[in-house]
Amino acid sequence: MNAVLQPKPNYIVCDGNEAAAWAVSLAQVDMVAVYPITPQSSLVEYLAKFIADGRLGAEIVDVEGEHSVLSVLQGATLAGARTYTASCGPGLAFMFEPYMRTPGMRLPMVMTIVTRDTLTPQSVWGGHQDAMSVREVGWIQIYCENLQEILDTTIMAYRIAEHHDVMLPVNVCHDGNYLSFATGRVELPDAAEVAAFLGQRDVNWHVALDPDRPMAVDPLTGGAGGPGPALFVRYRKGQCQGMQNSLAVIEEVHADWARRFGRHHAPLVEAYRMDDAELALVTLGSMTGAAKDAVDEARARGQKVGLAKVKTYRPFPAKKLAEILAPVKAVAVVDRSVSFGWNCGPLYQDTLAALQASNIPAMSCIGGLAGADITITHFARVIEACAELAEKRSPVDTLWLNEHD
Amino acid sequence: MNSPNDIHPLTKKDFESDQDVRWCPGCGDYSVLAQVQKILPTLGIARENFAFISGIGCSSRFPYYMETYGMHSIHGRAPAIATGLKLSRPELSVWVVTGDGDALAIGGNHFIHAMRRNIGLKIILLNNRIYGLTKGQYSPTSEMGKRTKSTPMGSIDRPFSPVALALGAGATFVARSVDSDVKHVASMLERAAAHKGTAFVEILQNCVVFNDDAYGALSNKATRADAGVFLEHGKPLVFGKDRNKGIKLSGWSPELVTLGENAVSEADLVVHDEKAANGGLAFFLSQLENPQFPVPLGVFRDLEEPAYEELNKAMAEGARATKGPGDLGRLLNGGETWTIK
Ligand SMILES: Cc1ncc(C[n+]2csc(CCOP(=O)(O)OP(=O)(O)O)c2C)c(N)n1
Ligand code: SF4
Ligand SMILES: [Mg+2]
Repeated sequence: MNAVLQPKPNYIVCDGNEAAAWAVSLAQVDMVAVYPITPQSSLVEYLAKFIADGRLGAEIVDVEGEHSVLSVLQGATLAGARTYTASCGPGLAFMFEPYMRTPGMRLPMVMTIVTRDTLTPQSVWGGHQDAMSVREVGWIQIYCENLQEILDTTIMAYRIAEHHDVMLPVNVCHDGNYLSFATGRVELPDAAEVAAFLGQRDVNWHVALDPDRPMAVDPLTGGAGGPGPALFVRYRKGQCQGMQNSLAVIEEVHADWARRFGRHHAPLVEAYRMDDAELALVTLGSMTGAAKDAVDEARARGQKVGLAKVKTYRPFPAKKLAEILAPVKAVAVVDRSVSFGWNCGPLYQDTLAALQASNIPAMSCIGGLAGADITITHFARVIEACAELAEKRSPVDTLWLNEHD
Repeated sequence: MNSPNDIHPLTKKDFESDQDVRWCPGCGDYSVLAQVQKILPTLGIARENFAFISGIGCSSRFPYYMETYGMHSIHGRAPAIATGLKLSRPELSVWVVTGDGDALAIGGNHFIHAMRRNIGLKIILLNNRIYGLTKGQYSPTSEMGKRTKSTPMGSIDRPFSPVALALGAGATFVARSVDSDVKHVASMLERAAAHKGTAFVEILQNCVVFNDDAYGALSNKATRADAGVFLEHGKPLVFGKDRNKGIKLSGWSPELVTLGENAVSEADLVVHDEKAANGGLAFFLSQLENPQFPVPLGVFRDLEEPAYEELNKAMAEGARATKGPGDLGRLLNGGETWTIK
């Protein structure tokens, strides 16, 4: 379908943090709460500036720590405000208590995770361990590959979060350092068009305070023997349903975005050069750029390699990924984090689960920890290992990249 | 037993680590580090009995540079970690180095409880009234109206005074110094080291990069005598280049007076008493701020109270004294059983 309206392109040059700030500004959020942390700090400083410039009419509150950040936003969201924050690493860890409560209350917040490796040893550099550590808490998690995707996805996140079939908080993740500070050209969508895309402001979500329907939120459920556990189960089931519903909503929202703005981002998983692929890489986030280059080089050498970039990580698009990977002989999954109990990467485990009905062998590669660069050469090594796996079909150990280089 | 100090008297050098100091040139943290390294060898404590615990911030890089045990811990949590260390090893000399953000924003909770608990920690707060490490956002000690990267229109948050907060939380030792006056810094650290229980020292510290000259008046030779007043136990509050200014109590409020004018003499001035059982005077002093008043430097309060680690030990010993040593067998076979019907 053709775009309904073709706004005149308005390009700016900015980094990933500024791209996210522009998105928040275009989404006309009502309230921002923050506590600074590397590499997120400049993102909220841009927001403070946009507010000072009169561009964004939001309240901004600098509180005493991340625990308060999310608590303040819970209060604001309960009152019907469209809210935003960003954090990472230790900040996300400190936020965990209110973070854990947000999805159960079905509060449609949007929060950027400027991904950062976690302690210890202390590191302020990029890595996905922070976001991965909270992958099972019930927030939708979407990873961006480049600057334009950050801007577009952050706006889309509000429509996804606030959708009545979803009503869940969304994390838009962009890689610390590689995306937060990388500078490039980004197209700014037209403000009126964004407003039309987001549609009528609707605060009638599950627990928004409503004078016609007074209620106290989040009471203690009773224990076994009473109605408590059954109530709890219904809540949980509803939450899981909302997560599953979001898969279709995310696709629908991306399709509408493409229609209105002419830019299509694969909503769940992007298939790159997968048509006749025999080997596949599975990637997440900004590493995908170098991985695609490595795929191109391998293709030029005659190797049939393709790539699947997971964009929506929670809920996990298992069906979509299995479909894309179905024709290949072996899969190599590259994680920028580890799953300690399994001695492999978490995305690898998800991929294994998605592949369970097939007999395609897969391997786990871990790289890019603490800001390490996963280069085209590293990906070439991953492709080699994957080719070997396709041949031997016997289980292989986790491949650790950047241990010596 | 001989402590190693008896054999090799320790020197400042013994407390300097091999790490390159990575503060900005001209940062006030350097002078505090040097004074800490200078006084430690004079305390008669073996080097292995010192521990420096910090949170996160420029100031919290401190333990890297100390040749002692140390931990660069979690943002705001140093007092909690230090509490655990001190309780399990009360013989150690445990120091906490923190910043205005670390101690008062994210760590405010731990800070007040360390103050009220009176546990033997020496807490040095390097107050530059800014978040230095994260590159210049306002902090809980930044003045209202302050323009920073996070407050382009000026801060609308009311700051608090670390000294007033510590006093309010019941601290038994509270002092303040300024980085540029190294002798005074050293003397406050010595006093803190000698104190039993929590000793809190606020050091006004210049961040040359993100909040330069925050204490310019107190550090500039030409103005400092008028911008600060040294607190001395039992002495009246006299200050000024010509030592002719003073602070008088007028009702419940401070009044700035000139000696010799309007028949005011030293006898009319507030006399400092760091031992006063009532905290009113110390709190009154904590309210004096530039530019209306001189900033008090020195010991606000120094009380002799039982330390938490002593009380804790006494509690366990008391239980043992009355009930005898624990006996697991007796407990398991003892009388406190009941039948489930
Ligand atoms: C949980 C958490 N949130 C945020 C940060 C980021 N952070 C590191 S230091 C700092 C502020 C430090 O300010 P201050 O304590 O005044 O120390 P200074 O750098 O000024 O010495 C912040 C916000 C962090 N490390 N951990
Ligand atoms: S930023 Fe400020 S506080 Fe931090 S090292 Fe530099 S001068 Fe010191
Ligand atoms: Mg500071």
